[in-house]
Amino acid sequence: MKFKIKIWRQKNAKAKGKFVTYDIDNISADTSFLEMLDILNDKLISEGKEPVAFDHDCREGICGMCSLYINGEAHGPDTLVTTCQLHMRKFKDGQTITVEPWRSAGFPVVKDLVVNRGAFDKILQSGGFISVNTGGAQDANVIPISKKDADESMDAAACVGCGACVATCKNGSAMLFVAARVSSLAKLPQGKVEGAARAKAMVAKMDELGFGACTNTGACQAECPKGISISHIARLNREFLTAKLRD
Amino acid sequence: MNNVFTSSIGKKLIMSITGACLVLFLLFHMAMNLVAIIKPEWYDSVCAFLGVNWYAVIATLVLAGGFGLHILFALILTLYNRKARGSNRYSTTAVPKQVSWASQNMFVIGLIVALGLLLHFSQFWYKMQFAELMGNHEVTLGEATVSPTSGSAFIAYYFSNILFVVVYLVWLAALWFHISHGFWSALQTTGWNNEIWLPRLKFAAKIFATLICLGFAAVIVTFYVKSLLDCC
Repeated sequence: MKFKIKIWRQKNAKAKGKFVTYDIDNISADTSFLEMLDILNDKLISEGKEPVAFDHDCREGICGMCSLYINGEAHGPDTLVTTCQLHMRKFKDGQTITVEPWRSAGFPVVKDLVVNRGAFDKILQSGGFISVNTGGAQDANVIPISKKDADESMDAAACVGCGACVATCKNGSAMLFVAARVSSLAKLPQGKVEGAARAKAMVAKMDELGFGACTNTGACQAECPKGISISHIARLNREFLTAKLRD
Repeated sequence: MNNVFTSSIGKKLIMSITGACLVLFLLFHMAMNLVAIIKPEWYDSVCAFLGVNWYAVIATLVLAGGFGLHILFALILTLYNRKARGSNRYSTTAVPKQVSWASQNMFVIGLIVALGLLLHFSQFWYKMQFAELMGNHEVTLGEATVSPTSGSAFIAYYFSNILFVVVYLVWLAALWFHISHGFWSALQTTGWNNEIWLPRLKFAAKIFATLICLGFAAVIVTFYVKSLLDCC
């Protein structure tokens, strides 16, 4: 397969970026999108040009490092996958593919397609942590948790923190990310103890870092590679408002 | 409730509460208007009852306050969200099919609704409740002079004009889109939602918006048809 890859190139955070189009051919349909970029970079290096900077790590859809806004969609045209799990068979031969970095005030561009998602770490840090003496492995039934609660908690915990929710939201809102973190703990007895403080602290940090307010468009849910539901946002709202009511 | 309204969720809560109040008022207004179809004289009696009585004036002030807050916080949140979105925009954006058009354009739709309200106020409220408050017992309506409580005369006069019929129907269409998203969004913001109720509330929002708008549209169309029959 051959493609025209229209990529956002930006030297550094302060430089003005622009689109540059590259032609690439002899790409197998089974090549992953990131492998295609690897091939393009090999070509650029062999030509003595600057390779395209992009984030990646596990390439198994687990770490949340890969990003990319491909043809107007976070993580590209496939559903419930991260960019590393996207394959070139999802595109037509000869197609022009537009590749952009996440665009949000909360995620400034570092270089080319790499953005700084450190704001997510700051929100997580603000939520605090729990420390326990683990000791020997406990019996699974020591703390009974209903299947429904455990499932909902695990669904929320599936968030890999890639930032697709922020990237795709017209308001640059991080509500789905914060909701997933708050919700996964709020549904478990261990997390309920500090639930109110966690919800207040994480929302305060999210606002402080300049992420937008949720207007319930549901675009985040549609583009989330882990399919996290906006019903978790309702739970975050509930946790936050009841916590504030108790103040 | 320490500092709740300075947070992004708190601001949305204000939008939800004021929006819910406005929707309840619309339901009442629509039900009241339907009386005009059944018997215009009954509608005039309702208008006289709600005219300048203290409870109607207080309700109007509360409603105006709620409406003002709804618009003010819509502006604040829109500006806040534009800043959060950043100055760099995507060159291509494919809106997911699960995302409703209304949810993406609530501010613009709200503007259309607000502009329609200005026209509505100038044609009805200004010449009815406001005129009564100013002590006027007669107002001009075209070439005629009528009592400010003759609500059915106002409806009959304005909705005999096809231009106003079309403008009001377009306004109602905008209102439908606004309520179809706003109804369930308000419940979502207050936290009254979960995986099971999410699709149910979205469906209920469309039904509710349809009932409200059809109710209002029925009065407009009925009086327009009546005007055609009267003149021929």
